[in-house]
Amino acid sequence: MAELQLRSVEKTYGGGFKAVHGINLDVAEGEFMVLVGPSGCAKSTTLRMIAGLETITGGEIRIGGKVVNDVVPGKRGISMVFQNYALYPHMKVRSNLAFGLRLRRRPKDEIDSATTDVSGTLEIGELLDRLPKQLSGGQAQRVAVGRALIKQPDVFLFDEPLSNLDAKLRASMRVRITDLHKRLKAEGRPATVVYVTHDQTEAMTMGDRICVMKDGRIMQVADPLTLYERPANAFVAGFIGMPEMNLVEGTLTMDTQPHLTFGDQTIAIKDGLAERLATPQGKIRIGIRPQHLDVVPDGTPGSLRGTVTTAEYLGHEIHIHLKVGSLPLVAVALTERLSAMPRRGDTLSLKPQGPRIHLFDWQTEENVSLADTGN
Amino acid sequence: MTSASEHLTKPLMTSTEPATTMELKLRRRARISSLFRYAVLAAFGLLMLYPLIWLIGASFKTNAEIFASPSFWPKEPTLDGYINGWKTSTPYTFGHFIWNTLVIIIPKVIGTAVSCTLVAYGFARFEFPGKKILFMTVIATLLLPNVVTRIPQYLLFRDIGWLDSFLPLWVPSALAGDAFFVFMLIQFLRAIPRDMEEAARVDGANTLQTLIYIVVPMLMPAIISVCLFQFMWTMNDFLGPLIYISSVENYPVSLALKLSIDTTEAFDWNQILAMSVLALAPSLTVFFLAQKYFIEGISTGGVKG
Repeated sequence: MAELQLRSVEKTYGGGFKAVHGINLDVAEGEFMVLVGPSGCAKSTTLRMIAGLETITGGEIRIGGKVVNDVVPGKRGISMVFQNYALYPHMKVRSNLAFGLRLRRRPKDEIDSATTDVSGTLEIGELLDRLPKQLSGGQAQRVAVGRALIKQPDVFLFDEPLSNLDAKLRASMRVRITDLHKRLKAEGRPATVVYVTHDQTEAMTMGDRICVMKDGRIMQVADPLTLYERPANAFVAGFIGMPEMNLVEGTLTMDTQPHLTFGDQTIAIKDGLAERLATPQGKIRIGIRPQHLDVVPDGTPGSLRGTVTTAEYLGHEIHIHLKVGSLPLVAVALTERLSAMPRRGDTLSLKPQGPRIHLFDWQTEENVSLADTGN
Repeated sequence: MTSASEHLTKPLMTSTEPATTMELKLRRRARISSLFRYAVLAAFGLLMLYPLIWLIGASFKTNAEIFASPSFWPKEPTLDGYINGWKTSTPYTFGHFIWNTLVIIIPKVIGTAVSCTLVAYGFARFEFPGKKILFMTVIATLLLPNVVTRIPQYLLFRDIGWLDSFLPLWVPSALAGDAFFVFMLIQFLRAIPRDMEEAARVDGANTLQTLIYIVVPMLMPAIISVCLFQFMWTMNDFLGPLIYISSVENYPVSLALKLSIDTTEAFDWNQILAMSVLALAPSLTVFFLAQKYFIEGISTGGVKG
């Protein structure tokens, strides 16, 4: 096992399109790093560059301290699990697992014991003599993980491995993979993992750290809690969290007491914050997570009054879509806290949990309120 | 029975209640309809196959009987056609010519399969300078009529000194000279996702190992189709051997059949027909043995991609 380092890695395609803009990323030995972002953010390209399936046009990739820019995939000490499993269709599961070791001309007993070992770990012992087409999605996925595991690579790469499974299976495979990662760590063979997904639930539940990407750039690398509580910019704030964070336009006014206004609301802000803004006066983006908007009795000081447009009932919670003035907002309320299901046209009072309001610079979209929230 | 008639008759068969008049009527109509359809199909099938059936029948007739009746069934069956035809009018038996044909076909088929797979793999999976122009050239040769290249090719092989040998028949195919096969394999390859090959590269396979262990097994139906086409086309090829092979010793079956027409004044038609039947046998056998792959190969290659 080894650490992985990306240094100013770039990818420019033949037509001049720049997909990856000089990214820097460090993945520590044994760390589970998740790359997450919307479609087209170059997360898969980045993974394929680490694997060596895609050439890099600038920068350096190091695995275990060694620069691997010009090393073929098979010699990089990596193994990869593909989105479509990519099992060899004409080989039985046993041969699929053993293919990599056979190419390395390992002795037969070693291959056999490794196959037994891996199939035991992943509970695929009964499938060894089947062809890939005789496997279900979940089984094929386990075989694909087994094929990666058997080589005992320095770095594991996962390219959206669960996206072809149904929701229930995806949840159980998620747990299996994180369990496996923990087990390997406990057994003293920690696995360095880079895991690509577009699903934030996977990212938040699996990753030791998460790297959020957008348009070939890294937006923030942090552990799940930090990412949620202290998003570095408006993109991360909007991307992480369900439902999406409310991002509304407000105005910052610098009086004797600096304050911001949005809709017909005025909120005082603490000293020192104003100095950190690129444009100290004027437009600012305000972010409030739906979970941080409490439904309060009418007339509560500092509350907003909104009209319900839609209410989505999810069992334990209700997602309430409202209009506050002309601003659309979403609030999440626990079902048990509400006396009645809100209906379209109802008016509700909401109060933002003060310290959890995020302020993003209008131009740079940087989060300028991090120090302010005291988190 | 077709699905439509099944649909009509099935519920009645499983029903325990006695059939009503209406149901009986429907059932009878379905039966008559399918009977009619099969009769028409069988008639057309027979019409198409009749020359072949006649050929086989006539090969057992005497020379005199062949033109006497259009019926395929010989009145006095005889093996004379086969016995005399096998001897041929040359110092060699017909077996010698069959052997020559196999000597031409087998290396040619192997050469085609190997070279076309390599070239198709290159075009389908790699980026290299001049790829577009080279690919267009390959496709252009596909559109070029064979006749146009006959004379330059002949002069070329004459200058190299390959006339009256099998080399002019083997070498172009072993160098992926059959653009059609290259194109067919490329189309088939394009329909196969690259994931498996990438997985093999991550597993440590080099380009050639990826080709041999991963691509070729997945490409097998198409390769088998290529081999079959090449086998049948070469078996039937008359012009190639006619141009390049001059001594009777090297004649393949296609020339040998013509030979028996040339050399005898009164043609022994039953011998010619008997040997034609023998000449058909290898193609038919190979086709029926590999039919499954053949159809899989052409249908997949043609539709997807």
